[in-house]
Amino acid sequence: MATPEAPAARAPADRNHGLWIFLIWLPLAVVADLLIWFVWKPHLPPGTMSSSAEHQQFDIAVMAVVAAPVLLFVWVYAGYALVNWRHRAGDDGDGPPIHGNTKIQATWIAATAVIVLGLFVFGTVELIVPAGAGAGEGPAPIWQPNTSHRLEVQVIGQQWAFTYRWPQFGGMETSELVLPNNTTVEFHVTSLDVIHSFWAYQLGVKADANPGVDNVAYTTTKEPGTFTVRCNELCGLWHGAMFNYGHVVSAAAFQSWATHWEAVQRSKGLLGMLPPYRLTYDPTVIPQLGASIVKIDGITGGAGYYYPPQDPVTP
Amino acid sequence: MSLPVRITVLLVAFVAVAVGAAFIVVHYLLASPPTVTYNASGGVVNLMLQEDPQNDSSSKPDWVSYFVQDPNTKQWVHTTLFSVPKATTVHVTILGYDGCTPPRNNFWSLVQGTIGGTVNLSIVNNKGVATPTRRVSVINGWAGCTVGHTFAIPALHLFVPVASPNAYDSANNLCGVSPCTSGPHAVESFSFRVPDHAGVYRWQCYVPCGGGFIDGNGGPMQTIGYMTGNMEVRA
Repeated sequence: MATPEAPAARAPADRNHGLWIFLIWLPLAVVADLLIWFVWKPHLPPGTMSSSAEHQQFDIAVMAVVAAPVLLFVWVYAGYALVNWRHRAGDDGDGPPIHGNTKIQATWIAATAVIVLGLFVFGTVELIVPAGAGAGEGPAPIWQPNTSHRLEVQVIGQQWAFTYRWPQFGGMETSELVLPNNTTVEFHVTSLDVIHSFWAYQLGVKADANPGVDNVAYTTTKEPGTFTVRCNELCGLWHGAMFNYGHVVSAAAFQSWATHWEAVQRSKGLLGMLPPYRLTYDPTVIPQLGASIVKIDGITGGAGYYYPPQDPVTP
Repeated sequence: MSLPVRITVLLVAFVAVAVGAAFIVVHYLLASPPTVTYNASGGVVNLMLQEDPQNDSSSKPDWVSYFVQDPNTKQWVHTTLFSVPKATTVHVTILGYDGCTPPRNNFWSLVQGTIGGTVNLSIVNNKGVATPTRRVSVINGWAGCTVGHTFAIPALHLFVPVASPNAYDSANNLCGVSPCTSGPHAVESFSFRVPDHAGVYRWQCYVPCGGGFIDGNGGPMQTIGYMTGNMEVRA
């Protein structure tokens, strides 16, 4: 005689699922956010070597804190659904009819709208307050630091190196980037040839280096240390090798370094050989050469032209 | 078309494509100039280079190029790859046969990273007469026809402008067959220290000297074996 199967256990219909999901999600979200803020944030890139880096670290942490509960809610809901509403042996009945729930829909729309609009406002404030957040703002920056004491550094990209000019130190040029601590730096980024991108990683500064363009970026150094400078725009054969290291040092050490190099370059006559400091350069003309330069292989031309207009003829 | 014919055609096409791909990989992608090995004697390496207005290749004969001298045979090798032992002092001699081209950034006129911060320089004219050797720390490439190229190892902060023959010789008497053995040229020497650990250090010219390319940045500037290469430091 056949024994009838025992009726399959069904998920309790009278349980307040919303409350259960909330009670599971809440502690997880709180723990995740606490871990993000107190454990993960101090190690988040790009670090705290400058004001822009600090703000970027803060921004990433805030977005992680906002995103983690959303992600956890999706996971908790999915897990809860798998456990409670999965198909069970012997349960061949239809599922309950689905009805719209105005309260849930309104809550969902309101919550996501608050998150998105909040992040929009937050992102805008975080772009404005740290004076452009370390990004290139073009030649006429809208957001500037509220201090007039700025160290001006011109970053010149060329295949394949960055060099740096220092208008407050006689217009000297160096292949090394050394910055004083606790100082607001005004970078003027440009290029002499193709498109490069100046990325001082631990400083949280990134600005495109375009020929003929002065791209301004700001930051304020906060900690001494070493940072990496990389080109972040594919610029030719040695793009991958176009990096070096910069240093944030004490104000006294910087002053000593800068005045030493200014004196060296002055004594060697280099300061007089460099073009006058300008925000951009036109390397196709070298006025110093005048008409004396001879034309060789189509590279150099008369009247100081460096690659005359008819060149290149056959790239 | 019968089945055997179709299969045969398919196989032939497949083999043709495979052979073509293998040729491209071997001939273009894996091809590399030879590496010239230098050994130290008493902790010193004597590296000989020359840069010419043309080269001895059949495909790009009008590209400017560096050559490296084989220390054993004294033959000039068309390459920009060389290796030296670690923790040595490299005495470099560059024979600058190419004419002048001003640096795009005159900062490269400053000698940097050599021992003493200087180079020794003599110019040989088209009659073979050499000027007395001078020790200089700057060769102003914007002052006239003075600089042809540069030799730089950026990771070592080594940046050296390489002088050119004078304006008249640059315009009229440049060596026309590579590797050059005669003709007006600069003789420039300097020394630098090699790191005490193994590694590969790229070097390059900072004068955009690819004539016929946009702003001179293409061609030999972008090709290993011409105006850029690697210094391998051996353990």
